[in-house]
Amino acid sequence: MSRRGEVLYFAVRTKKVIIGLTIIAFFLILAVIGPIIRPGDPDALIGPLGMPPSGDYWFGTTSFGQDVFAQFVSSLRSTFLVGLLGGGLAGIIGMTVGFVAGYRGGVVDEILNMITNVVLVIPTLALLLVAAAYLTARGVVVEAMFIGLTSWPWAARAIRAQTFSLRSREFVNLARMSGVRSLRIVFSEIAPNMSSYLFLTFILLFGGAILIAATLDFIGLGPTTGSSLGLMMYNAVAWSALQLGLWWWFVPPGVAITAIVGALYITNVGLDEVFNPRLRNT
Amino acid sequence: MRRYFGRKLIVYGLTFFIAATIDWLIPRFMPGDPVQSLVSRQGFGLSADSAQALADYYNRLFGLGLPIWQQYLNFWVALLHGDLGRSVYLTGRPVTSVILSAVPYTLALVVPSILLSWWVGNNFGALAARRKWLDNTILPVGYVLTATPYMWLAILLAWVLGFIFNVFPIAGGYSFSLEPSFTWAFIGSLFSHWFLPFISLFLVGLGGWAIGMRNMIIYELDADYSRYLEALGAPSRLVRKYAFRNAMLPQITGLALSLGVVVAGALVTEIVFSYPGLGKLLLASIQNEDFFLLQGIFLFIIVGVLVANFIVDIAYVAVDPRTRVSMSGEGS
Repeated sequence: MSRRGEVLYFAVRTKKVIIGLTIIAFFLILAVIGPIIRPGDPDALIGPLGMPPSGDYWFGTTSFGQDVFAQFVSSLRSTFLVGLLGGGLAGIIGMTVGFVAGYRGGVVDEILNMITNVVLVIPTLALLLVAAAYLTARGVVVEAMFIGLTSWPWAARAIRAQTFSLRSREFVNLARMSGVRSLRIVFSEIAPNMSSYLFLTFILLFGGAILIAATLDFIGLGPTTGSSLGLMMYNAVAWSALQLGLWWWFVPPGVAITAIVGALYITNVGLDEVFNPRLRNT
Repeated sequence: MRRYFGRKLIVYGLTFFIAATIDWLIPRFMPGDPVQSLVSRQGFGLSADSAQALADYYNRLFGLGLPIWQQYLNFWVALLHGDLGRSVYLTGRPVTSVILSAVPYTLALVVPSILLSWWVGNNFGALAARRKWLDNTILPVGYVLTATPYMWLAILLAWVLGFIFNVFPIAGGYSFSLEPSFTWAFIGSLFSHWFLPFISLFLVGLGGWAIGMRNMIIYELDADYSRYLEALGAPSRLVRKYAFRNAMLPQITGLALSLGVVVAGALVTEIVFSYPGLGKLLLASIQNEDFFLLQGIFLFIIVGVLVANFIVDIAYVAVDPRTRVSMSGEGS
C-alpha cells in the first residue's frame, strides 16, 4: 500500500478524525450556504427587538432587531478566514525560522533563537493593540495578518528542534556531500520527512488564531468592517444581553468557536495516531 | 549557572527594551491627538485662544513639543523613575497610581487561577494516564475546555450562576452598597465577586494542563528508564512517581509560555464581570483614547510577564538538576 493510501486507510478508521472533520465540515457548510439562505446585510435592523428563536428568526433577534442567524453565518466565514490566513502565515514564518535555525545552526541559530524568545515573551496583545489602533479601518484579512505575525514562535521552536534532529541523519549528509544546495536539502530531504508534523502544527495554529481573534474582537480591536463571532459576544455584553436574558445572542457564537477549535484539536490528535503507528491502539 | 542566567537576562533585557519602545510609540503614532482630547474634555466653553493656550500647556507638560529623540530619552528617564505620565480619562491622575489601585484585583485573580489550574490539571492528567475510564472522560472535557474562548465561559457562568440562579453577583469588585473596610461583610462581598471570574479562568486553563500531563506521562512510561524499573520488578507506583517527575519539566516550561495567553484571558474575563482590575482599565483606556494610561497598563503587563517568566526559570533550575550541571544554555 502506498504511503498516501495508508494514511487515508487509517484516517477514515480513526474515530477522532471522523468526529473532528464532521464538526468542521458542518460549520464550513453553514458558513458557505448560510449567507445564501439569509441574503442581505447581516447588521440590518429588520425584525422585532430581542425576540427569542422562532420559525422566522432561527436564532432570534438582538435588542436592536438584527437577525442573529444572519450575523452568525456571516461571522463564521470570517472565523474560517482568520484561522486559515492567520494560521497559514504563522505556519510559514514558523517554518522558515525553524528550518533556517535548525539547519544552519551556529550564529544564525543563536540570533533567530533570540528573536523567537523575544516575540514569545512579549505579550502579543500589546503589539496587536498598537497595530490595530494605528489602522483605523481594517478588515478580517488585516487582523489575520497581525495574528500570523505574532503567533509563530512556538511553531518555530518545535520545527527547529525537529530539523535539528534530522539534519545529521545519513540521507541528509549524503545529499550535502553530493553538493545539493541547502535550500533544496531543506525542501526535498528534511521537509518531506516531517510533513505530517508540519500539518499538525498548522492545525494547532489554525485553532489558536481563531481563539486570538475572538479575544481581540472582544476588546474592540477586531475588524471594523464586517462581522465576527467575537464581535457578536462583545455587542451582546455591551448591550446587556446578560441582564436581559437574551441568551440566543451570546450562546451561538461561543458554541461555534468552541466546537470548531475543539474539533480541530481532536482531529489533530486523531491524525497524530494516523501518522504515527506507535500511537495506534487498534 | 552564570551562563544560563546570563543568557536569560539578555533575552529579558532585550525584550523589555523592545517592548518599552513599542510602548513609547503608542501615544505618538496612534490616530487621534491625546492632547486635543484632553483639552476638549476639560475646556468646555473656552475660547479658541485659551483652548490653544491649554493645548500648548499640555504639550509642554507631556513634553510632546520636543524633538523625537529627546522625547524618547525623556521617556526612559521618567520610566526609570516610575513616572508613567498622567491619565487623560481620569482627568490628570498619575497613571502609576491609577494602575496600582487596579493591580491587586488582577493579581488576586490571575495568580491563584494559574497556579491552581496548573496543579489540579497536572494531577488529573497523571490520574487519567492510569485509569481508562478517567482518561475517557478527562480527554474530551479537556479538549472542550481548552477550545473555549475565555470570555465565553465567563459570559456563560455569569448568565447561569449570576442571572438564572442568582447565586453570585456578576459585576464589580465588591458590592456598591459597601465602603472598602476590614469588616466581614466587605471581605465576604469581595470574595463572592471574585469567585466567578476566578473559576472561569481556572476552568479554561485546566484542560490544557491535564491533556499535556497525560500525554507526557504516557510518553515517559514508554521511556527506557521506566521499562528498566519495571523489568527490575519495581512497584508501578514507584515507576509512575519517576515518570511524573520527568513529565513535570515540560509542564513548567509550558507554564512560562502560557502566561501571555492567560493574561489576555484574564483581561477579557475582567471585562465580562466589570471586575475593577487591569482589564477593565484597559478597555476604558481604549474607549476613551487615553494613550498614557494604555501605555502604562502595557508596561505593567510586560514587566509582570517578564518577572513571572524569570521566576519560572529559577524554579526550573531548582527542579531540574541537569540545568545546574551542564548549564549548556539548552532550553533557553
